[in-house]
Amino acid sequence: MVSLNHFLILSGILFSIGTVGVFLRRNLITILLSVEIMLNAVNLTFVAGGRYLGTVDGQIITFFVMTVAAAEAAVGLALVIALFRHKETLSPEAFTSLKW
Amino acid sequence: MLPDFINPTLVAHLVLIFIIFQILVLSAAFMVWMERKVCAYIQDRPGPNRVGPAGLLQPFADVIKLLMKEDLKPRAADTFVFWLAPIISTATAFAAFSVVPFGSETTLFGLLNEPLRLEVTDVNVAVLVVFAIASMGIYGVVLAGWSSNSKYSLLGGLRSAAQMISYELSYGLALAAVVMLAGSLSLREIVTNQSGYWWYVIPKWYVFLQPVGFLIFMTAGVAETNRAPFDFPEAEQELVAGYHTEYSSMAFAMFFLAEYINMVTVSAVATSLYLGGWFGPLLPEWLGWMWFLAKVLFLLFFYVWMRWTLPRYRYDQLMEFGWKWLLPVAVLNLIATAALVIWLG
Amino acid sequence: MDVVAFYIFAAIAILASLGVVGQRNPMHSVMLLIVSFGALAGLYVLLDAPFTAVTQIIIYAGAIMVLFLFVVMLLNAHTEDDIPKTVLGPRAIRIGVLLSLLLGLEVAYALSKLGITSFTTDSGTIAKISSVAQIGVQLFTTHAFAFEVTSILILVSMVGAVVIAGRKH
Repeated sequence: MVSLNHFLILSGILFSIGTVGVFLRRNLITILLSVEIMLNAVNLTFVAGGRYLGTVDGQIITFFVMTVAAAEAAVGLALVIALFRHKETLSPEAFTSLKW
Repeated sequence: MLPDFINPTLVAHLVLIFIIFQILVLSAAFMVWMERKVCAYIQDRPGPNRVGPAGLLQPFADVIKLLMKEDLKPRAADTFVFWLAPIISTATAFAAFSVVPFGSETTLFGLLNEPLRLEVTDVNVAVLVVFAIASMGIYGVVLAGWSSNSKYSLLGGLRSAAQMISYELSYGLALAAVVMLAGSLSLREIVTNQSGYWWYVIPKWYVFLQPVGFLIFMTAGVAETNRAPFDFPEAEQELVAGYHTEYSSMAFAMFFLAEYINMVTVSAVATSLYLGGWFGPLLPEWLGWMWFLAKVLFLLFFYVWMRWTLPRYRYDQLMEFGWKWLLPVAVLNLIATAALVIWLG
Repeated sequence: MDVVAFYIFAAIAILASLGVVGQRNPMHSVMLLIVSFGALAGLYVLLDAPFTAVTQIIIYAGAIMVLFLFVVMLLNAHTEDDIPKTVLGPRAIRIGVLLSLLLGLEVAYALSKLGITSFTTDSGTIAKISSVAQIGVQLFTTHAFAFEVTSILILVSMVGAVVIAGRKH
């Protein structure tokens, strides 16, 4: 039988894969994609928790997380476009003008 | 007569799925013939009339010709995605039809123990499933445009995808208004809510309660399937052939198959939502699929008629129409429907 | 049957996510992420949440990923990072990667120490969870404020995206 533990372990693994992606990749778009993986892992936790507790609130929180992720992806990608227009590169190493 | 472990309902269901699949493929072939014949009659000429009686075997001749052509691929194209794109288009076109009900239950004249519903499956969020699979169909277009690695394809693919996304909003809002009237997201329940008559004469179809919604849905459906007058991305004069410029033979045939089956699906969903599905006068209910077929053919005829009568929208006119006119009208329709539902209880 | 489906979807989700992180070409990363979202939608269906599954496909795989795809195609930037060089490179990144792997292992260990927490099989509860009407009722009564604020959030992000990415004449 599939229990809550299975889903939570899976979501933990997905979350850590996303975190590794944010640290490891030096490409702005792939960093944003890894953040989306993390948000999805959290969604899975919420829905599994809601199923375990027998309420529908888990799915409602998921609805809000998806909306916020959409808004964040839109603004994040707009920033990527603006940065690319300035420096012609997608590597975060190039944007160091605020470093001391 | 069959051994005990073979469940006759399961076998009947599998046979039904197979029949639906074959009918969809045949309907695409029929659409090829109908398009060419109707186009010809509108243009005052006979159309295909040599291959088979009244040119009915013309689509099969076309398919054989397409299969005999060489399969080309540009050298700089991304191979995996290049071949994946027509597969995505076709698969989503077929999959969207899987929740459309086209008849009430039948027991095959008593051969089955329990009645078999005429559909592939029915989920309680069927309307959203159609919408979701239509959103996935965008990827076929945009990946085809990108992976061909050519200017015309990329521009055509991007424009086509932007158009499909813009018109999906009005499509969804028209759907939401019908769902509000019916109180359920399941297509079978929406259709069964439309049975019966008012004052014994007018059938209880939603098109009479929501005429504006029906027009919005059909307009958005035409734009979703990239058909005229919204087919700028495929315009032969402007963009060579848009996102499928670099495709030949079987892959090209698959894109056309996908387009026709998308048309059939949009017509079938519009029939279920607005035109009362399989209900109609004179025929008994178990023959309702004949009425369904008649209504779908009526809508498909409208599709073809529009293509060969109306001039094409320019791309900026198309986007302006979708965002500045159709979307506000769809929102107003939704608000008006909500107000009426609350007021009339 | 449920167990087999769970393991298949879980395997697809993990492998696709590993592919997203490991692929050099951002276009392939985006496509693998779409596959991962599809696998998650399958998991939501297993959790008796069909509405969330369909919404995941419509919003995530159907809209957000198309946005990512447009940006990747329009920018057409070549990948500049090289994973072996990054892993053997700056110390901060190596520590970060190690810590995230440690996080994953800790979560898995802690959860395996939890007792067996099985899902309810009460059909009344299941019907309540999977019904769209119930989601609608809760969303518009208990969480109505958050719902309205979300609409303002989307408006703000839309205006922000147009202003930031638009051409300055």
